[in-house]
Amino acid sequence: MAVALCATSLVVLALLWEVSLPFWDRKLEERRARKAAREAAGADYDPGRERRAEQRARELLKSCVNDEEWGMYRDLGFLRVWGGSAEVPDEARELRGVPYAYLIYPHKPIVAYLPQTGRLLNEYCVEFPDETRPYGSPRLPDSDDVLAKWMALKGDERRLINEANMHLPGRQIDPRQVQRDLWRLGQWERERLARANQAAKGRPRAAGPADPTS
Amino acid sequence: MRPGHGEQLIAEGDPSVAEDEERLVEAFRRQLDEGMWAAIPTTSRGGRRQAELVRAFEDVPRDAERVIFFPRAAGGAA
Repeated sequence: MAVALCATSLVVLALLWEVSLPFWDRKLEERRARKAAREAAGADYDPGRERRAEQRARELLKSCVNDEEWGMYRDLGFLRVWGGSAEVPDEARELRGVPYAYLIYPHKPIVAYLPQTGRLLNEYCVEFPDETRPYGSPRLPDSDDVLAKWMALKGDERRLINEANMHLPGRQIDPRQVQRDLWRLGQWERERLARANQAAKGRPRAAGPADPTS
Repeated sequence: MRPGHGEQLIAEGDPSVAEDEERLVEAFRRQLDEGMWAAIPTTSRGGRRQAELVRAFEDVPRDAERVIFFPRAAGGAA
């Protein structure tokens, strides 16, 4: 009786082994594939890539905007662009002033405001998605995002604003933060002007007035 | 500009040389076909920095030093 039971158990075990063999083979293959994928990903991963991309983006931005704008972005982390800059000639703008302006933050909405009163007008949510890859991709480096917005506003303000999703102020950026940034911008401009005046006093008379709009 | 990588050189050459111009035109069209916008940084007479968006290679001034391509703007997260 015991011998018969042992023999039956052995046969059952052998059959189970035969049946489950493909399952274990498959599991082993999957494990090998996962391990290979992990190793491949590890080999491609470059922790400095994004930092280098941002460094290049900053250099590109610096080469495109003027000294004042570059200093503003470097010191304050955002750019101010006067509204209607593409349509109004330099000379006319100096005479009439500008009715509105934009603050450009990296990867945040563009904020429109009135420079004379500091009143916030709208938020324009805009992105620059990479459409060459349908499955999505990482976003632009911060400084490239700022430069893309700057070029689009300068080159075709209306087109950019038409593409953007418009919202009332406060949708994504805290209006108190924007007000603080406007105050910081005012301080920064006063300090910059004071430094320029001091430097001018130390130099012989300049040939002409500085361009306040550039 | 390419997401995740930043600035990359696509093509360079002298547009007054026929071979170079052909290559530049091809690269320009390919970028626009992929949905990129093309901008040329400029400096006005008063020294003000500007940018000009162009939609065709013929619109690129002959003396332009560079054309910057960046992904087309789209409405952002609401």
